[in-house]
Amino acid sequence: MAGEYAIQVRGLTQRYGVREVLSNITLDIPRGGVFCVFGPNGAGKSTLLRLLDLLETPAGGEVVIGGVRATTGAAPALRRRMAMVFQSPYLLRASVSANVAYGLRVRGWSRRQRRTRVREVLEQVGACDLMRRPAWGLSGGEAQLVGLARALAVKPEVLFLDEPEANLDPQNASRIEAVVREHAAAHTVILVTHNLFLARRLAATTSRAAFLYDGQLIEQGPAEDILNLPRDERTAAFISGKMPG
Amino acid sequence: MHDIIQGIGQAARLLATGGQGVWAIILRSLLVSGASTVLGCALGIPVGAVVGLRRFAGKRAAVAALNLGMSLPPVVVGLFVYLLLSRSGPLGFTRLLFSVPAMVVAQTILASPLIAALTVAAVESVDRRVRAVALSLGASELRATLTLLGEARFAMGAAVIAGFGAVISEVGAVMMVGGNIASHTRVMTTAIVLETGKGNFDLAIALGIILLLIAFVVNFALGFLQRWR
Repeated sequence: MAGEYAIQVRGLTQRYGVREVLSNITLDIPRGGVFCVFGPNGAGKSTLLRLLDLLETPAGGEVVIGGVRATTGAAPALRRRMAMVFQSPYLLRASVSANVAYGLRVRGWSRRQRRTRVREVLEQVGACDLMRRPAWGLSGGEAQLVGLARALAVKPEVLFLDEPEANLDPQNASRIEAVVREHAAAHTVILVTHNLFLARRLAATTSRAAFLYDGQLIEQGPAEDILNLPRDERTAAFISGKMPG
Repeated sequence: MHDIIQGIGQAARLLATGGQGVWAIILRSLLVSGASTVLGCALGIPVGAVVGLRRFAGKRAAVAALNLGMSLPPVVVGLFVYLLLSRSGPLGFTRLLFSVPAMVVAQTILASPLIAALTVAAVESVDRRVRAVALSLGASELRATLTLLGEARFAMGAAVIAGFGAVISEVGAVMMVGGNIASHTRVMTTAIVLETGKGNFDLAIALGIILLLIAFVVNFALGFLQRWR
C-alpha cells in the first residue's frame, strides 16, 4: 500500500433512514501500527469500520485507501487488500479450516497452499487444535480466535478489529494482543473499542487514536496524549468514566 | 383382519417375484415424481432464491402467491393441465394427454411453488452477516451471494425433499392427466386406488408398503436435514 497514509477519510457521513449515525468525519490513518478508534456504545464506531472496509456506501464524503479513491468500481479490488474481524464473527457452516481458508479460496490459492497457510495462521492465534472441528458449536472465545485467523490468513494490508476481545478470557485476550502487535509491525491495524484497558495496552504500538462520540469525531492525535491528556471535555469524561449515559 | 394378514403375505410374495408389474409401477412412480422434482427445483429454487435475497416492491405479494401455490388442490391442477392438453385445448396438438410427460407437467406445477416458498424461507433464515463476512474477505458480490445460498443448503435440501414427498404421494392430478393406463401411466397411488376398488388388496398393499417406505425415507432425510439447519 503506497503512500504515507493507509486510509484517508474526507467528510464521511452515514445515515440510516433519517438518522445520521456519522457526521462529516475527516481522518488520516497513517500506514503501519495500530490506530485506535474509541468511544461509548452507539458512537458510530462499527459503522465507521464498515465504511472503511467498503461494506457500506456512505451517504456523503469519500474514503481513499492507499491513495486510491474507493469508488464502486474500485471497491472489490480494494477490499481484497483488507480484512475485518467482526465483533461477533459469523462462522460459515463448515469446518474451522474451511472457514479460515475462505479468503484464500476467493483469491485462488491452491489446496496445498491453503492447507499450509491455514495451519500456520491457526498456530499463530493458538487455535490449531480446532482445525478439524465444525465451526458451529465453538464457544464465543474460540469463534473469535477463528475469526481473527480467517482475517489474518489473507495477509491484509489493513486489518480491522471490531471489539476483538468481547468474548475472550484474559489468556486468549493477551494472545490476540500479541498477534495484533506482530501484524501491526508490518501492516496497519484499525481497532475500534469502548474498552480503554485494551486501548491503553496497545498504546505502546498505537501511533494515533481518535475519540468518536454521537457520530462525531471529537478529537484525534497521538494515542498517549489523547488517553492521558485529552483536550475535549467529552473525551475526558469518557476516559474518567464520568460520561452521562 | 384375515384379509389384511393374507394381503400382506401376498404383497410380500408379489414384491419378491415382481408379479403384476409391481416393480414397473414403482419405477414409473419414481421416474414421474423424480422428474417433477428436478423440474420443480429448476423453476422453484431460482425463483425462491431471488425472492428471498432481494428487496423489491411487491415482495410480500410474491411470497403470499408462492405460499398460496403450496396449497394448490391437485385435482384443480389436474383439471387445468387436462384442459390445456386435451384435443381441443391450446396445447392439444402435442398429443401429450394420458402420457408420462403430462403427469410430469402436472406434478411440476404442484412441486414448483412448494420448493420456491420453502427456498424463500430457507434463504431468509440465513444470517445476513454472511454477506458482509464474505465481502470483507475479498469475495465478489456474486461469490458473496453464492456463499449466502450455500449457508441455506440444508434448508434448501429439505425443500427439495418436501417437494418430492408431496408429489410421490399425490393421486388426483396424475389420475386425471395420466389416465391410469396399465403399463403406460399407472403409478403407485393410482394403482392403489384402482386395485382397492377392485378388491385386489395384495397389489394395493404391496404398493402401499413401498409408498410408506418411501415416505419414511423422505421424512427421515427431512428430519436429518432440519437438525443440521
